[in-house]
Amino acid sequence: MSSVTPRPFLEVKDLTVRFETDDGIVQAVTESNFSLEAGKTLGIVGESGSGKSVTSLALLGLHRTRSNAKVSGQIWLDDQELVTASDQDVRALRGGKMSMIFQDPLSAMHPYYTVGAQIVEAYRVHNPKVSKKAARERAIDMLARVGIPQPSRRFNDYAHQFSGGMRQRAMIAMALVNDPKLLIADEPTTALDVTVQAQILDLIRDLQQEFHSAVIMITHDLGVVAELADDVLVMYGGKIIERGAAVDLFQRPQHPYTWGLLGSMPRLDREVRDRLTPVKGSPPSLINLPSGCAFHPRCPYAGRNGDRSFTDTPVLTGGAHAVACHLPAEERAKIFKEEVAPNL
Amino acid sequence: MLAYLIRRLINAVLTLLVVSLVTFGIFFMVPKITGSDPALLYIGKTSDAASIEGIRVKMGLNDPVLVQYGKFLKGLVAGRDYVSGPEVTHCDAPCLGYSFKTEQEVTPLLMSVLPVTLSLALGAAILWLIIGVSTGVISALRRGSLLDRTVMSAALFGVSMPIYFTGLIASAIFVYQLGWLPQGQYVPFLESPSEWFTQLLLPWITLAFLFAATYARLTRANMLETLGEDYIRTARAKGLPERVVIGKHALRSGLTAIVTVFGLDLGALLGGAVLTEKVFNLRGLGYQALQAIQGNDLPVILGVTMIAAGFIVIANLVVDLVYGLIDPRVRLA
Ligand SMILES: Nc1ncnc2c1ncn2[C@@H]1O[C@H](COP(=O)(O)OP(=O)(O)OP(=O)(O)O)[C@@H](O)[C@H]1O
Ligand code: SF4
Ligand SMILES: [Mg+2]
Repeated sequence: MSSVTPRPFLEVKDLTVRFETDDGIVQAVTESNFSLEAGKTLGIVGESGSGKSVTSLALLGLHRTRSNAKVSGQIWLDDQELVTASDQDVRALRGGKMSMIFQDPLSAMHPYYTVGAQIVEAYRVHNPKVSKKAARERAIDMLARVGIPQPSRRFNDYAHQFSGGMRQRAMIAMALVNDPKLLIADEPTTALDVTVQAQILDLIRDLQQEFHSAVIMITHDLGVVAELADDVLVMYGGKIIERGAAVDLFQRPQHPYTWGLLGSMPRLDREVRDRLTPVKGSPPSLINLPSGCAFHPRCPYAGRNGDRSFTDTPVLTGGAHAVACHLPAEERAKIFKEEVAPNL
Repeated sequence: MLAYLIRRLINAVLTLLVVSLVTFGIFFMVPKITGSDPALLYIGKTSDAASIEGIRVKMGLNDPVLVQYGKFLKGLVAGRDYVSGPEVTHCDAPCLGYSFKTEQEVTPLLMSVLPVTLSLALGAAILWLIIGVSTGVISALRRGSLLDRTVMSAALFGVSMPIYFTGLIASAIFVYQLGWLPQGQYVPFLESPSEWFTQLLLPWITLAFLFAATYARLTRANMLETLGEDYIRTARAKGLPERVVIGKHALRSGLTAIVTVFGLDLGALLGGAVLTEKVFNLRGLGYQALQAIQGNDLPVILGVTMIAAGFIVIANLVVDLVYGLIDPRVRLA
């Protein structure tokens, strides 16, 4: 290796995902750049349709089976490039070195196979020499590790016989059965009630420490990010509009959209009635993105800096804490201090 | 599973009971509506009053309606005796009475033609299942390709063609024009397996073509739906090869709906494929039913109805059982 600084464990460069549909080209993810080190957690936030799931599916190479999807850019996982890798090579990594937990474990598990059989299958596809019996023991062991009582009995149950929380635990057991180095959790707690949510998040955190894996946590919920993530990406209309360390992002959020998100974050020290003030307006169409800054139709500050917000697309700039907005940094800092922070 | 099984069985028996009630009701009501006397139908108008009354007594036509139904049911389950003075005629279970026309027992008459219908239906079913499902799966996997579009157009054509049309065209070409296949006469399998086969080949293909078209479309639609399911994405995310994702995870659910339709189609067909039998001159249940309708032979019509209903109920039962085996949510509910 000639490079001075070693590549991060996961490095994504200019990742772009498009879907050709009857209505036109869906620009689901545009030139995404980010990286993640082993043992760290990256939070990805953004409202529905901002491209979070499409990003994570691209990491696993799961757009390959869709003939209408075009993926470009680079994805380096542990010094291996995945966008140009063969189907065979990517398949070998899926469920092995990198794995994924999905949002709704009931629909994500096959209704006709027992939970145990599905975990065994996940294990044996990457360890073909392991006997059925050993694989079964491994699966039961994993079920126990994620906190499922009577694991050897529950092994034979079907997903519909589990409660929501238990089902998500089983899903996690399945995702972790091959000790993945990268774990992507796509809204793992959305389908669960609040107490169970907390348990599942604790579980993911504990297991991460145990396995020292890198975790990507996708969520609508900034509270989850605040609790778990080391770094955060904020996505809007398929683009990263703010990226930085979680601490910085929560203390000195830079982008007007992030301010809006923070304003909609429920907090315990606030009255219920003012808790949720979601960002006004609706998400942009990914087929016809608004000109200039995609956020401009909803941004209260769009006119403050001449016409640029309407004509030029802002680029993500700024090193460790990067932001894509035309407003000068000082002006943003001022607006945040005077207009935004007091209302948060 | 056992509770599920018992529930289904009770259901099947009840359905058959209802069918027998309706069938008997028709049997009882039709002569009243048309103003014909069943006794006369048996024996002919020229007979004297005494022998007509004799028939009435023998057939139990003077009994109250419920008693008649009871005897009819008993005949179905255990057989029944027709008593006329010292003379006793026994009719074995399942007794469906006597033909107005030939005075033959209906059950043996229908049993003798059943193999024709069975051969026709089962052979065609195997063909259309294989052809329909495999083309449907391939079409789904190659969605939008030339192959997919060609197969689906052919299927649309197949679905919209009536059997007497395709049947006649096929006969015209393969039997009369090319002379590749013999011209209709059912030969029992035990008599000559090869002739049985060549005689049935054309009816099988014609009948299967119609169904295969439907099945290809159905399979394709089901597979596409299944392939969009979250658990298919999970299967891929686990790193399973496409072969396993499709062949195991997708097929298992994609074909579930086919099982139901197949069971019902086959069940219905076993009661007689009237048009196909007519077109190819196969004297099976459907042909027999047609004859009976033309000849006003009520007992035979009702016999065919009972048998057809029996097949449908059995097919339903089998479908339910298979469903329970395939889908644990059904079995464990
Ligand atoms: N296969 C596809 N074909 C066409 N468009 C797609 C496809 N998959 C995703 N999209 C579009 O890409 C956009 C981004 O979707 P994505 O699932 O990444 O959103 P998300 O940020 O995960 O939202 P959510 O929070 O609702 O899960 C959406 O507008 C979606 O409609
Ligand atoms: S570039 Fe303009 S419209 Fe976009 S976020 Fe910044 S101020 Fe708002
Ligand atoms: Mg999503």
